[in-house]
Amino acid sequence: MQGPRKWDWTAILLISPSVAIFLGLLVMPILVVLVLSFGERAEAGGYQAAFTFAQYANLPARWAAFRNTLTLAPLGTVICLLAAYPLAYYLAVKVSARNRLLLLILVIVPFWTSFLIRTYAWIFILGGKGLPALLDLIGIPDVRFINTPFAVLVGIVYGYLPLMVFPIFVSLERLDKRLLEASDDLGASPRRTFLQITLPLSAPGAVTGCMLVFILLMGEYLIPALLGGGKVFFIGNALVDLFLQSRNWPFGSAVALSLVIIMLVTVTIYLRVTLNNRGMRDQALV
Amino acid sequence: MDPRKEFIKQLRRYQKGSISRRHFLGVTGLGTAMAVMAAEVPGLMPRKAWAAGNIGDKVSLATWPNYHDPKDFEEFTKQTGAAVEVSVFGSNEEFLAKLQAGGTGWDVFVPTNYTVSTHASLGLIEPLDLKKVPNYDIAAQDARLIKEGTVNGTVYGAAKDWGTTGFAVNTAKVKENPTTWKQFWDLTQSTYSGRVTVHDYQLTTIGNALKYYGYSFNSNDEKELADAEKLLMAAKPHLFAITSDYQPAFRNGDAWLGICWTGDGKQLHRDIPEITYVLGKEGGEIWTDFYAVPKSAPNREGGYALINFLLDPQINATEVKFHGQPSTDSRTNKLLPDELLKDPIMYPAAELLAPLEFGSAATFTNPARAEILARFKAA
Repeated sequence: MQGPRKWDWTAILLISPSVAIFLGLLVMPILVVLVLSFGERAEAGGYQAAFTFAQYANLPARWAAFRNTLTLAPLGTVICLLAAYPLAYYLAVKVSARNRLLLLILVIVPFWTSFLIRTYAWIFILGGKGLPALLDLIGIPDVRFINTPFAVLVGIVYGYLPLMVFPIFVSLERLDKRLLEASDDLGASPRRTFLQITLPLSAPGAVTGCMLVFILLMGEYLIPALLGGGKVFFIGNALVDLFLQSRNWPFGSAVALSLVIIMLVTVTIYLRVTLNNRGMRDQALV
Repeated sequence: MDPRKEFIKQLRRYQKGSISRRHFLGVTGLGTAMAVMAAEVPGLMPRKAWAAGNIGDKVSLATWPNYHDPKDFEEFTKQTGAAVEVSVFGSNEEFLAKLQAGGTGWDVFVPTNYTVSTHASLGLIEPLDLKKVPNYDIAAQDARLIKEGTVNGTVYGAAKDWGTTGFAVNTAKVKENPTTWKQFWDLTQSTYSGRVTVHDYQLTTIGNALKYYGYSFNSNDEKELADAEKLLMAAKPHLFAITSDYQPAFRNGDAWLGICWTGDGKQLHRDIPEITYVLGKEGGEIWTDFYAVPKSAPNREGGYALINFLLDPQINATEVKFHGQPSTDSRTNKLLPDELLKDPIMYPAAELLAPLEFGSAATFTNPARAEILARFKAA
């Protein structure tokens, strides 16, 4: 017979740091934001206690920011995926082991420089004296890149590509090569082998990569601020404005909370759709 | 007995253990010598005496883009041993928002005239201890320009410089020679679509949109603000950027026309002569920036030392030569070359200055204006 249930002190000790971090840095702040979002802006800015839904009713005033984020973030994720997959495939399957390390390092090297500086460099590449001047030389005048949605998209793909490459690379590298041989032995064409073996088995990596990129993109601030010239506005930019310019903390909180809810809903739907197959759920890193 | 022999004898006794260490040090006089050395050595070490006293190794300054000669900060460090940590902001709202949120770590920042009273009434800045800023000679300042540094008879800000808000024009590209805000906004929405910048700052961007209709720069009238918002929304698709750091866009050749402060106009014109600075005939803004010390300053003494250093007429003159904003200090002006004192960008003609308005505290803190700019940016 088992005795009365005892506290497992080792387990409690082991999980308490992460519980403390979650409570202190995630749950508490979200509760604060929730309370603030029902308040009012104080006279000189900041927060004043109240209970009103006015902030939520005002959400349509930031419709454009939501629209930009909800179109450019998924679009950026898809372009990252399409650009990263062949690269990851090449790194994992085609390249020799010796060169692989070198190439992987080349993918990581940009991380050694500040993201801010690398994005700043794009201002000059896409600015009037950069690519447009070059295009002008070969007879395509008056092309403008900087401060357009296109420039923001370039910045997004450039900045987030490595985050997509690595999960896909890992899942392709772990792929049991004997399955490919078996497929070949059974008479499948290379195309069919890829579509029926490689692609499904690397899907968990792709799903993980998409999650990483998409979630971070939803909160993106820097790229639209630098490459969008204050014209291509993300929710992140709207939030910075609300807290650091108009000092409207309650409305800022309502916008922030809406972003969190939208993110939770989209991510849940996304996982439901992509991970409906049990084998995949076991393998995905999320 | 020979003192040397006596010393050796005592040393042997100590080594053999027949006397204690304390006795040995006492009889030989070494103990006294050591005590004297211990007390004096720190003073004997070569140590630089800083003119401003010891103010720590870092002073934190929050200021505007392109607003100080970096060489002057190097000089400050040479004189005081304290490095200047600079952070740059593009609007007074950001100063206020950060101070309200707390924990800025700033020792000095640079608020504009119409914000000093708000900072003072919210208890965010301290009354200036003028004894610590002997270089700020109020009698030598232009009284009209510095009056808002004083709130209810208490001095909160030491004037840095003054200036105007007009627009920059690249005359190599813009041939219409615009002289009014009406022309500015009309050209934005037609010929120079995609080539215009406006400030990421409600006071100046909304204020100069109001001037299009001939309203006051400071208007808080609901209907007039609605008109300004309509103009801004119509102009938005034609803008190159909404930014307070617009010099790179002009230098790159991307922007040809844009709302501009005196110093940026002067700096751009100095490097690229075809870029000129224009004050709209309808009027617009005249302003003064002040040095102020936040109540939360971690290094108050350092903050005061930095203000005092930068307001030294000699240093202030090198600052003016660098940033191109006119000084409020007559002693500084005596040290400046004539071509700067007669420069039409820094010192616009009297008929252009006459219609200019100082921004008001109510304009700055109006939540409706803040929301209009936020909507304009998010559109």
